[in-house]
Amino acid sequence: MTEAYWEDTMHSILKTSLAALVAFGATASTAMADAHSLSGELRITSDMSNPAPRAVMEGLVEDFGALHPELEIDLTIVDREAWKTQIRNALGANPPDVVNWYAANRMRPYVDAGLFADISDLWAEPEFEALASTKGAMTLDDKQWGVPYTYYQWGVYYRKDIFDQYGLSEPTTWEEEMANCQTLLDNGVKCYTIGTKFLWTAGGWFDYINSRTNGYDFHIALARGEIEWTDDRVRQTFANWRQLIDMGAFIEDHQNYSWQEALPFMLNGEAASYLMGNFAVAAMRDGGLTDDQLDFYQFPVINASVDYAEDAPTDTFHIASGAQNMDAAKEFLRFVTSAEVQTEINGGGALGQLPVNANASIDDDKFLEQGFEMLSSNANGGIMQFFDRDFSAEMASVGMEGLQEFMVFPDSLDDILARLEETRQRIYE
Amino acid sequence: MSSADTNRSWYKRNEIAITPWLFLLPAMLFFAVYVIIPIGQSFWISLHEWDGLGDKTWVGTANYERLLGIGDQNIDRKFEVSFWNNLRWLVLYLLAIPAGLFIALFLNQTVTGIRLYKSLFFFPFVISQVVVGLVFSWFYLPNDGLFDVIIGWFGLDIRGGVLGNPNTATYGIIAAGLWPQTAYCMILYLTGLNAVDPEQVEAARLDGAKGRKMLWYVILPQLKPATFIAFVVTIIGALRSFDLISVMTNGGPFGSTRVLSFYMFEESLSEFGFRMGYGAAIAVVLFFIMLGFIVYFLWSMYQDDKGAR
Repeated sequence: MTEAYWEDTMHSILKTSLAALVAFGATASTAMADAHSLSGELRITSDMSNPAPRAVMEGLVEDFGALHPELEIDLTIVDREAWKTQIRNALGANPPDVVNWYAANRMRPYVDAGLFADISDLWAEPEFEALASTKGAMTLDDKQWGVPYTYYQWGVYYRKDIFDQYGLSEPTTWEEEMANCQTLLDNGVKCYTIGTKFLWTAGGWFDYINSRTNGYDFHIALARGEIEWTDDRVRQTFANWRQLIDMGAFIEDHQNYSWQEALPFMLNGEAASYLMGNFAVAAMRDGGLTDDQLDFYQFPVINASVDYAEDAPTDTFHIASGAQNMDAAKEFLRFVTSAEVQTEINGGGALGQLPVNANASIDDDKFLEQGFEMLSSNANGGIMQFFDRDFSAEMASVGMEGLQEFMVFPDSLDDILARLEETRQRIYE
Repeated sequence: MSSADTNRSWYKRNEIAITPWLFLLPAMLFFAVYVIIPIGQSFWISLHEWDGLGDKTWVGTANYERLLGIGDQNIDRKFEVSFWNNLRWLVLYLLAIPAGLFIALFLNQTVTGIRLYKSLFFFPFVISQVVVGLVFSWFYLPNDGLFDVIIGWFGLDIRGGVLGNPNTATYGIIAAGLWPQTAYCMILYLTGLNAVDPEQVEAARLDGAKGRKMLWYVILPQLKPATFIAFVVTIIGALRSFDLISVMTNGGPFGSTRVLSFYMFEESLSEFGFRMGYGAAIAVVLFFIMLGFIVYFLWSMYQDDKGAR
C-alpha cells in the first residue's frame, strides 16, 4: 500500500464507503467486501475481439468500473490474430497494466524476458484455491504468471442421428472406435472431417492419440524435448494413427481446408464426427444442426494402463511487469476469477465456455455440462493445453507441418520423424 | 581573388557546388534512414540469436552455416525448398511478358468498344492480390472447383487438388500470379505500341515485310524500353510473391510452396516465429539475390544512357 493510496483514502472517505456499499449491493460477494478505493488509471489491452467475447470484455470493464468509481479504466481491444504478434511491441515500452494471453509454454518468451509480472502472491490468497485445476498451466519456474478466465474442452463431436441410423453407440475403446468407423465407411460415410490447411487441427489428433497411447507424462516430456521423436513409443502413436488413415477414416484432400471449411462435410452428413474444441458447437448449430442431431463423447481409451488426459486450452489475463497501477491490476484479476463473474462471463449468452473457478456454476448446455463433468472427474492423467501451447513455438510449427504431411503421406513417416528429431536436438540441446 | 568575391557571403561563393547537395539532402536522408541503415541492421542481426525481446547473443556466422548446411549439418530443407521455388517463380513469371505482348498486339486495333475490352483485360491488375488468391483457390478446389471439373473431362485427377498436392501447388500459385502480371505487361506494351513510328512501319511494308518478320525486325526493337520495364516489374513481382502464397496455401502443403520472403516472414514475424537472427540471415540471402538483378538493371540503364548521349 502506497502513500498515495492512503492519501486518496483520506480525501475520499465518503466516496469509499459509498463504493463499498455499491459493491455490497451489486454483487454481495465476499471477495468484493473489502473493495477499497482504487484510483488512478487502469489500462487494459484485450484480444477479445470477436463479437461475443468483445461484449464480455466491455461488460467486465463496466462492472469493475462501477465497483471502483475512482478508477479510470482505459480498455483497448486488439484483433485476436493480430495480438499474437503485437503483444511483443505492446509489452515493450510503456506497457498496459493488464493484457490477454495464453497459458503454458506460450507464456515462456514473456516470462523469460521479464515482461510478465510474477503474481504468485495472488495465487497464495485463499480465494485462489478454487482455481487449483488450472494452477499448473499458469506455472513456470515454480511461479505463477497470470490468471485464467475461461477454458473449453476438446473431444469428439458427432452426428447422433447418423450413429443411430447405423446402430452405433459412443465408443469407449479404440477397438469400438475402429469398428464404428468401419461400419460408417461401409455405408459410404467418412468417420472424421478435418481441415489441416492451418496445421493445428492435426495437432489435436496427435495430442489425443499420443496421450492415450503413452500417457500424459510421456506427452509432456516429449513437449519439453526430453524424448526423441524417433523413440519407439512415439512410433507406436503414429502406428495407431495410421490404422485410421489406412482405413480412409478422414475426409480426402483435407490439406486444402481450414477447420471451418471442413464443417460442411459434417453438416451434410458426408462425415460423422469431428475432433474439435467446444467452440465448434456454435458453428455447427449455426450450420443447422439441432442438439438432437449433435452429441459429444470423450476420446476413447487406447492403452488401458494410462489415465485419460484432455486438451483444454486456457485463455488468460496477465499483468505486465511495467504496470503503472499494480494494485488495480491485481484487483481486476481477483474480480475476473471470482465465482460470480466466472459464472456470468462463461454463460451461454456470453462466452459459452467453462468457468475456471470451481465454485462457479455451469451454464445449462449439454456440451458444457458434459465437458465440465469430463474435465473435473475423468481427466486424471492431466490437462494438456494443446500442441501449439505445450510444445515450444519452433518445435510446434515444424511438428504440425510434419503431422499434416503424415496424414497425407503416411509412408513418409521415417523422413518426418528424422526431421522432427533434428529440430528437437537443435532447439533443446 | 578580387575584392568583389571576398565581399560576398560564403554561401553565395559556393552556391553552384552546394545547391545540388541541398536538393539531394532530403532524399539521401530518407534513403539512408529507411533503406541503407535497415540493410546494415539486418546484417548485424543475422549474426546474432535474438527473440526480439531479450538480449541478443552473438553467434557469428552460425545462422548462415545452418542455412547453407556448412559443417557437419544438413542444409536447411525449408531453405532449399524456398530457394528452388524462388527460381521457379523467376523463370515462369517471365511468361507474363510474351503473354502481355500477345494480348497488347491483339488489342491494338480500332474496333467499336475497344476501350471497354482493354479495361476488361486490365481488370485483374486492379483488384487486390488477396482477392486474386482467394478466387484462384476456389477455382482449384478439389471436387467442386471449376479446374478440377474441367480436367475431369479429360480423365485427369490431381491427388489432393492443385493446391493440396506438393508437386503442383507452386505452379498453381504462379499461374494465379500470372493473371494480374500479364495484364500489367499488356498495359506497358499498349503504351509502347502507341509510340511506334508509323513511318517506319510504312517503309517496312514497302520493302515487303509483314507478319512475323515485321514484328521481329520492326516493331519489337521499338518496344525495347517497354520490354525492359516489363522485365523489371516482373522480376520484382516474382521476388515479392508473398501475398498470394500467404492467401492460397499459407506455405503448405507441408511447406512445399514456401519462397524465401515467406520463409523469412515465418521465421521472424509469424505466430510461431521470432527467431530474428535466422530470419535476418534469410533476408540477407534474398538481398544478395535481388542485388544481382539490381546491378544488372542499373548497368543496363547506364549503358542506355551512354548510348543516348
